[in-house]
Amino acid sequence: MLAAAFADFMQQVVSGLASGGIYAALALALVIIHRSTGVINFSQGEMATLCTYIAWTLTVNHGWSYWPAFVVTLLFSFAFGVVTHRVVIRPVERGNVLRVVIVTIGLLIAINGFVIWHWSGEPQALESPFGTGTIDVGGVVISWQDVGTIIVTIGIVVLLWLLFQFTKVGLALRAAAVNPTEARLVGVRVTWMLALGWGLAAALGAVAGMLTAPSVGLDPQMMQPILIYAFAAAVLGGIDSPLGAVVGGLTLGVMLNLIGVYVDFVGAELKLPVALLVILVVLLVRPSGIFGRPEVKRV
Amino acid sequence: MPTLLELDDVEARYGPVQALRGVSLTVDEGEVVSVLGANGAGKTTTLRAISGTVTRGGVIELAGKQLKGGPEAAARAGVAHVPEGRGTFVELTVTENLRLGAYTRRDRQVRADIKRVSEYFPWMVERGGQRAGTLSGGEQQMLALARALMGRPRLLLLDEPSLGLAPMIVKEFFRTVRHLNESEGLTVLVVEQDARIALASSSRAYVLEVGRVALTGASQQLQNDESIRRSYLGY
Repeated sequence: MLAAAFADFMQQVVSGLASGGIYAALALALVIIHRSTGVINFSQGEMATLCTYIAWTLTVNHGWSYWPAFVVTLLFSFAFGVVTHRVVIRPVERGNVLRVVIVTIGLLIAINGFVIWHWSGEPQALESPFGTGTIDVGGVVISWQDVGTIIVTIGIVVLLWLLFQFTKVGLALRAAAVNPTEARLVGVRVTWMLALGWGLAAALGAVAGMLTAPSVGLDPQMMQPILIYAFAAAVLGGIDSPLGAVVGGLTLGVMLNLIGVYVDFVGAELKLPVALLVILVVLLVRPSGIFGRPEVKRV
Repeated sequence: MPTLLELDDVEARYGPVQALRGVSLTVDEGEVVSVLGANGAGKTTTLRAISGTVTRGGVIELAGKQLKGGPEAAARAGVAHVPEGRGTFVELTVTENLRLGAYTRRDRQVRADIKRVSEYFPWMVERGGQRAGTLSGGEQQMLALARALMGRPRLLLLDEPSLGLAPMIVKEFFRTVRHLNESEGLTVLVVEQDARIALASSSRAYVLEVGRVALTGASQQLQNDESIRRSYLGY
């Protein structure tokens, strides 16, 4: 009896970690852009949806298998992010940040409209690269989809960490984000670094989208709730902290899953309001999040 | 020695305010030259014009080649600009700051250079993993200097290095700059509020007044002329 309850609990934790990994990937995308550009990219979810449709087209219409389509979609999304920054964001970057925010909201609407126009609003199925099987670990039944999702997100996070910590371009990306004026003085081409950040963020979003689609189905609105969860995760972890985004995403994934199962009146339908509540509470109690440093301003 | 840096009739403005009204100066290879003057005379703007951080007119040449474009281009041409108020990446570690100093270099001696530069500042070796923001003001200024050296610059621009530092630290800083000049032939253009230490450390000096060169000469000569000291240098 107790063992069964525990197995059930663990099952919820693992599938929570899988959805949390997806929130973490998208939250990381939000954090990368916020650190360098100082804004939240509201179109991050729609960019991810568009990229997932590219992957779907490659697999379904062109008969590619999942992983080649995955890689090509990543490359496409990276280029898409870079071009979006150069063409759409950069011209409005100077001056009030609200201008950029409004442009990202415009992008959200434009991309969503394009996706519906080009692929129609019909839900589509993207096959899971991990199959539909399950694995039994000491009574805890876990789907391969969840295991795969967790592994892919861990892999992506480690790769990004290596990039930022140990490569010259990673160092330049961080320098451009924390102190652009100074970065230019040592020769860093800051505007290209910002574009590169948009590229990385778009690629992260594409990963999140391609991992989401097999379990919830692909439709033009697919990433909208995920973006809210990602935003909650980023706020929870600290909007300028990459580590915070990852921890925040995983925490939120597990928490929402457990609340959905064990708190009767929440269920699956009320998860979104719970995420919004998390945003509200964090902003009220600790605006800098778990890992963010409180903002100090000289007056 | 051949001329390394030449400014001819350089102008610069911040919006409606004209900060430089035709500054001309030269720095020879291997020289330490100081730029003095009151607040608002255009000292900092002169350095900004050279590194391209402010829009400027007139001609600025480094080793006979015109400097164009922004600070990224100046850094690639060999200009290392240490701005006022330290100019380190406070969120990054000491070692990361040094690595960034070598950003424009493509050779493989960067690691060896970190060691070589750290020899001037032995404390940097043990504290390489420390965030620059947790260093003292003097240490940050030394780090800014070390980072500039990492780029193997042809020309080092120093903006008010004495600002907010204790006199002992200022002395040590200028001693290091002089040593680098003598042992490695480093060319330096330094802007200073503290005319006394700047004159003692440079061979020639320019005195700016409201965006123009009011006076120039050998540092020793300016130092010894009491009327100049009183009317321009304030000590």
